[in-house]
Amino acid sequence: MTLWTTVLLASGLAFALKFLGYVVPHQVLDGPVVARVTAMLPVALLSALVAVQTFTGSGAGLTVDARAAGVAVAVTALMCRVPFLVVVILAAVTAATLRSLGWG
Amino acid sequence: MGEPPLGDQRRREVLRQCLSVGVATGAYAISFGALSVAAGLNLWQTIALSALLFSGGSQFAVVGIVATGGSGAAAVATSTLLGIRNGLYGLQMSRLLGVSGLRRLAAAQLTIDESTAVGVAQPERSAQRLGFWGTGLAVFVLWNLMTILGALVGDALGDPRRFGLDAAAPAAFCGLLWPRLRSGDTRAVAAVSAVIALVVAPHAPPGVPVLVAALAAIAAGLLPLHDPRDPDDAGDQGITPDEQARP
Repeated sequence: MTLWTTVLLASGLAFALKFLGYVVPHQVLDGPVVARVTAMLPVALLSALVAVQTFTGSGAGLTVDARAAGVAVAVTALMCRVPFLVVVILAAVTAATLRSLGWG
Repeated sequence: MGEPPLGDQRRREVLRQCLSVGVATGAYAISFGALSVAAGLNLWQTIALSALLFSGGSQFAVVGIVATGGSGAAAVATSTLLGIRNGLYGLQMSRLLGVSGLRRLAAAQLTIDESTAVGVAQPERSAQRLGFWGTGLAVFVLWNLMTILGALVGDALGDPRRFGLDAAAPAAFCGLLWPRLRSGDTRAVAAVSAVIALVVAPHAPPGVPVLVAALAAIAAGLLPLHDPRDPDDAGDQGITPDEQARP
């Protein structure tokens, strides 16, 4: 799949899902199970993305490097209610600093 | 449609909310633009994602999976699973907005976390509409402008690792995840899916571990959590009378 195909396919499907909400009869998707799955799905996806992008690299196994330190700083910053953009910058600066010192 | 128009003061109040959410959300797009070009997407592909896909979580997922060498199919699948919630927001907003034709297409494209949140938070019907449209448009304009800025800055930087951009991506996901971790249930799902993803990761191509973790969350949502059973029960016996009786 080329990058353009990926971009356009993901965009098309995203719009289809949004539009579906406006045309599907309301009672079809109402219910506690659907509500629970919808609440949990983004949590599971985001959490898995954090884990994978922090601890996997080009090799096969798991690694702990400058990224883990950056994410640890990000979590600490989030606990202190730091704004999103600052959290992201702090993580990047942490990882970059550690690498410039020759670690990770 | 029949309801009293908003007073000037309420109107200003709602519009101020729309704009502040637009500015705060637009700021995320700087990091999206920078991460996207670092992942290897060009400027136009980055712009297309913000204008056409227009859903932060899905966009970060696409570039995150592409950056780690994942397949296009895994990127599309993860992005689409993340987008399911927008469909449910649409279901909710369609009742409040009562739109058809071109306005319905526009409303669908602007249906995201932020516009829905500001819309449904208003007590009056006319303020709900103003909140949805105002926030949707403010976020759309600022999100796309900030994406271009981020992409241009990111492009000028060169090697993403030198500037720690590969740590910025998971940090951005942490930031998106954080407000969703208020209940014990969601914290448990987050912990379990992180563990599943890491267990699967060494044995599967990039992008797949995240999908496996997501399927686990769907299973958790479908199963009656308070009533753990023997896994053999989940065979081809169908629904037991006990489960049918559940409300």
